[in-house]
Amino acid sequence: MYRSLRALSRTSRISRRWSSTQANPPPAGGHLPSIATSAFLKPTRDVSLRTPGLRWVDPVDTDPAHDMVGRETRKMNMYQAVRDALSIALSKDDTAVVFGEDVAFGGVFRCTMGLAEEFGRERIFNTPLTEQGIAGFGIGLASMGHTAIAEIQFADYIFPAFDQIVNEAAKFRFRSGGNYNAGKLTIRCPSMAVGHGALYHSQSPEGFFMGAAGVKIVIPRSPIQAKGLLLSAIRDPNPVIFMEPKILYRSSVEQVPIDDYELPLGKAEVLTRGNDLTLVSWGTPVYHCETALKMLSHPPQSIAEHVPASLRSAKVELIDLRTVLPWDVDTVIESVKRTGRLVVVHEASRTGGVGAEIGAEIQKQCFLKLNAPVKLVTGWDTPVPMVYEKFYVPDAIRILDAMMETMTY
Amino acid sequence: MASLARFRTAVPRRVSLQPFARTIQTAADSTQLQQDASHSEPFSVKLHEDSFRGYRTDTPSLDVDVTKEDMLKWYRQMNLIRRMEQAADALYKQKLIRGFCHLAIGQEAVSVGMESATTFDDNIISSYRTHPFVVLRGGTVKGLIGELLGRVCGVSKGKGGSMHVFTEAFQGGHGIVGAQVPLGAGLAFSEQYLGRKNATFAMYGDGASNQGQVFESFNMAKLWNLPCVFVCENNKYGMGTSAERSSMNTEYYKRGDLIPGIQVNGMDIIAVHQATKWAKEWVTSDKGPLLVEFVTYRYGGHSMSDPGTTYRTREEIQKIRSTQDPIRGLQRYITEWGLATEDDLKAIDKEAKAEVEAAVEEAKASPFPDEKELWTDIYAAGYEPPFMRGREREEVHHF
Repeated sequence: MYRSLRALSRTSRISRRWSSTQANPPPAGGHLPSIATSAFLKPTRDVSLRTPGLRWVDPVDTDPAHDMVGRETRKMNMYQAVRDALSIALSKDDTAVVFGEDVAFGGVFRCTMGLAEEFGRERIFNTPLTEQGIAGFGIGLASMGHTAIAEIQFADYIFPAFDQIVNEAAKFRFRSGGNYNAGKLTIRCPSMAVGHGALYHSQSPEGFFMGAAGVKIVIPRSPIQAKGLLLSAIRDPNPVIFMEPKILYRSSVEQVPIDDYELPLGKAEVLTRGNDLTLVSWGTPVYHCETALKMLSHPPQSIAEHVPASLRSAKVELIDLRTVLPWDVDTVIESVKRTGRLVVVHEASRTGGVGAEIGAEIQKQCFLKLNAPVKLVTGWDTPVPMVYEKFYVPDAIRILDAMMETMTY
Repeated sequence: MASLARFRTAVPRRVSLQPFARTIQTAADSTQLQQDASHSEPFSVKLHEDSFRGYRTDTPSLDVDVTKEDMLKWYRQMNLIRRMEQAADALYKQKLIRGFCHLAIGQEAVSVGMESATTFDDNIISSYRTHPFVVLRGGTVKGLIGELLGRVCGVSKGKGGSMHVFTEAFQGGHGIVGAQVPLGAGLAFSEQYLGRKNATFAMYGDGASNQGQVFESFNMAKLWNLPCVFVCENNKYGMGTSAERSSMNTEYYKRGDLIPGIQVNGMDIIAVHQATKWAKEWVTSDKGPLLVEFVTYRYGGHSMSDPGTTYRTREEIQKIRSTQDPIRGLQRYITEWGLATEDDLKAIDKEAKAEVEAAVEEAKASPFPDEKELWTDIYAAGYEPPFMRGREREEVHHF
């Protein structure tokens, strides 16, 4: 197993395809979005504090109009935002402990930097490389009333812990008739592709947990989202698996409120409004969707001939699902009932994936409103390949193509 | 090749490194009285010298102080448990208990002996052969039988069934082989973190001892010096495979590597009591984790679908029943030491039988859980998804 931080957190270098015979080569950065210029990231204090659904845990006073008074923000990337959330959880909750492989010295992605120095090595401690043990240990700890925040170093390593999560954590409350539960357990794990993580460092295992009623699965898309959702996840009285898209740790940067705030679990966020097509995604592909939307309205010259003029003014509703289990069915249904068309984008492979579940539910609930079949843009049904990772991950071109196909069905 | 084959036959199939080593005593009645048994004061008895074996540690003292009161209480508890398990057996055969049911008949000395040396502040977490702990640690026979029958009065509201029984002082009741062991490490960590002097007993069977996560838990516990006693209840068979056929080392108390361990006669309740007391003392005096192996025997099959006679002989079972039964052993101590007459004990047994019979009737009278219970306790109240799908297309439950 390759566990080096640097090699993985470095953004991949784009190599030019010298063998290409194309007259107009694609832009140097490829068609991948530039996360740095994303309109979904909040670059100023004012927009940051107005994040939809944000709930301050310590209100200034009873008048909600005063809620923004004196609130400050700080520029953070996603790993700093995660660290900030952990720090708040630890300082407000004496029973909270953070453990996992290498977390005491900061973790491979720096999410726990300095926490051991700040809160003590009894509370922030390294575990052996023992994923099943980490999960089981965490469940036991949580059942004793501790806030247990475990880290699985990569989501790809969660499979040894699968039994503990699905059979112990998820079902603890039910099978004990409410006597015991593992609700205070949160398992953080970096997931999704990083560009060159390949088979065991780029997977998105969220789909495997879809049938595990009793757990929640949360996937943030940005620093503000990560902090608010992580604090909610830690405080939610159900076990939560929190999957952090690892490529966003450094590449997504926002002004993040420094106070304690939460964002709701089980609630999707509508990022752009529209009545022509519903586009649902979560995590990294949200930015690919954004790029695809730009390509649709203002296609670059190299592909302009393939984008019908009639589609360029289409208004697409982009939804970030945020919580994958239980997913926000109502928001998606409400949207699809208006648009009549749905495209779901996720990085995990297609068969048995979350997209299939969404498709099935939507075709049942919105059958008579649909103008086109539900379209999935996903990873292929192969292992995540090393050199072809870029072709595995749904990129803006594939999303654009799917949107056009759905709208012209 | 012929010569190779000849070589092979010359090699004994099983090489015993210590052919003359003495094995653990598993008789239930090998303890000797040291002085006249008092009816009011504690008196001293001496366990058989082979009641314990140690690995990287000395063994507990063979001299034990017991009282008449304790011994009669144990007798009552063991009888109650056996009657209860027999009642469960009957209810299962009447098809009133469905699903899975694992009985601890033959292993009563382990649960009662452990209970006698612990308090409700200690943690006990175990596998799925755990009916005894419910009644010993704060639950009732009615609550246990009710759970088996899937009734509202069950300790888990009828939603857990035989494998998933809990009380405030008993952490369950876990149906996945070995999965409770790392949980035990978590429980022990919590006690250590909070600075409380409580012991945690993480129990598993000889079958589960080959699970990877058991060794993961050993490692964490020793690494962090957790106050955790790993208890291997060795009943000689992991489902239908004997320990010798499944484990490269059947001396389970030695499998903790750097963790010391003791092997204990799990059929003699006085030995179990002494070992548990000693183990509790060990972990609560910051000596780190400990392995304890109770050598015991299961009379019945692994579960109700296993007759228990396809992988061992009826004679083997019969022999142990007649010579090593833990309840009969205790009965012998009590009568031979003049603590009570056989008639007194019969009366206790009769009482236990009546208590179980009454509890079964009460449990049967309890209703099945309401349909809405299908959706409760999945997520914490107030934090559920907006709806969940039910048993058929139109049945959707909105929270």
